[in-house]
Amino acid sequence: MLKPVFNSNPITIQVLGICSALAVTTSLKATLIMCMAVIVVLALSNTTVSIIRHHIPTSIRIIVQMTIIASLVIVVDQFIKAYAFEMSKVLSVFVGLIVTNCIIMARAETFAMHNPPGLSFLDGIGHGIGYSVVLIIVAAIRELSGSGRLLGYTLMPSVFEGGWYYPNSMMALAPSAFFIIGLLIWAQHTWKCHQMKKK
Amino acid sequence: MRARVTTRKVLFIALLVSLLSSAMVTISTILLRPVQEANRQHYMHLNILKVAGLLQKGVALEAQLQQLETYLVDLNSGEFREVENPETYDLRKASKDPEKSILLSPTQDIAGIKRRAIYAPVYLTRDDNNRVNSIILPIHGYGLWSTLYGFIALQDDTATVIGVRFYEHAETPGLGGEVDSVRWLKQWNGKKIFDSRWQPKIQLVKGGVDHDDPGAIYQVDALSGATLTNRGIENLLKFWLGDDGFGPFLARVRSSGDRL
Repeated sequence: MLKPVFNSNPITIQVLGICSALAVTTSLKATLIMCMAVIVVLALSNTTVSIIRHHIPTSIRIIVQMTIIASLVIVVDQFIKAYAFEMSKVLSVFVGLIVTNCIIMARAETFAMHNPPGLSFLDGIGHGIGYSVVLIIVAAIRELSGSGRLLGYTLMPSVFEGGWYYPNSMMALAPSAFFIIGLLIWAQHTWKCHQMKKK
Repeated sequence: MRARVTTRKVLFIALLVSLLSSAMVTISTILLRPVQEANRQHYMHLNILKVAGLLQKGVALEAQLQQLETYLVDLNSGEFREVENPETYDLRKASKDPEKSILLSPTQDIAGIKRRAIYAPVYLTRDDNNRVNSIILPIHGYGLWSTLYGFIALQDDTATVIGVRFYEHAETPGLGGEVDSVRWLKQWNGKKIFDSRWQPKIQLVKGGVDHDDPGAIYQVDALSGATLTNRGIENLLKFWLGDDGFGPFLARVRSSGDRL
């Protein structure tokens, strides 16, 4: 279950789900909600697909997976609108776009179709966490350097509020997430290669 | 390996999956609707206070809403209509009900709303001398993808804007969706929305407002990359402040002064 968090992280190794990683990481709070949504959808879609994997005809398997994933996303979206209304305004379309997040489809197709429900559930949670770890790192860096805040609490008072920190507004824009993810991928590959050489 | 599947089985599985999925979606939507509705209501009230710059942090919303006086206005005559609990009037429902709304002709309907309710709520606040100091009007109209629902708050001269806000829309995030951005909303404060002949006059200017231009008082910066959202906002303001909207009511406010 921990393997996808470090060894085969969906974002840094498999480079999946980049779109949402760029879009929702401007603030940590929105990112946390998004991560929870992805973990829930991923775990449940994996489990559901796994349970009925022997009954899904291969000719329509993609569309069956898609239907299951899409319905789960709608349900999660409804829950967020009901219990985290402010956040649903911030996340807007991106919760709906979990449907097109390649991680979920990829796990359903490559793992859940061939493994029992229990394992698939854990695989979903694991990949969800792997996705979340990267998103949280990116969001923390972006929120801190973009506004001097973390989870809305001021850590580095910005010049606009009479403090000393001059916010880097580029960090609040999407390209900065690209740079951070790029650096993370670099860091991880260096680390992994180092390990492999040792072995 | 898997046995060869017949077409009948494929259809059966497809049907079953669709039915189960749709049942799941339906059940969750129905069960969560009351909570979502309450959220929406809360958010709308929040926006009434925000648009007039009245929102105080740390004070219960219900207590803050007490400072608003709610009236129902007959949009044709501009007169108040006496009703019990005007707060409970549902403008959106009334706008769709053929008995509670009028059909707009294509030339009237610049806001793209098809029907307009006969009565609409307005919210007033008064200063210590019991003079009206802000008038908050509900507005809505079509943008690019969606109907934008919002409020405009005016000073007692009915021409000076205190604020504009939209609390519900589905415009493109990052483009038209920037109607929610604080920086864009801020510039409405202090703008004039009527010209000297009391015709609605407001423009969203591409490329930014030239502040040396004498007309700048009637202009705000347009949202970049959102031509149709901009046009929608311009048109809905023209509609709701014009003769088919709150025009008659605002004329009455001007003529009655502080006796309102």
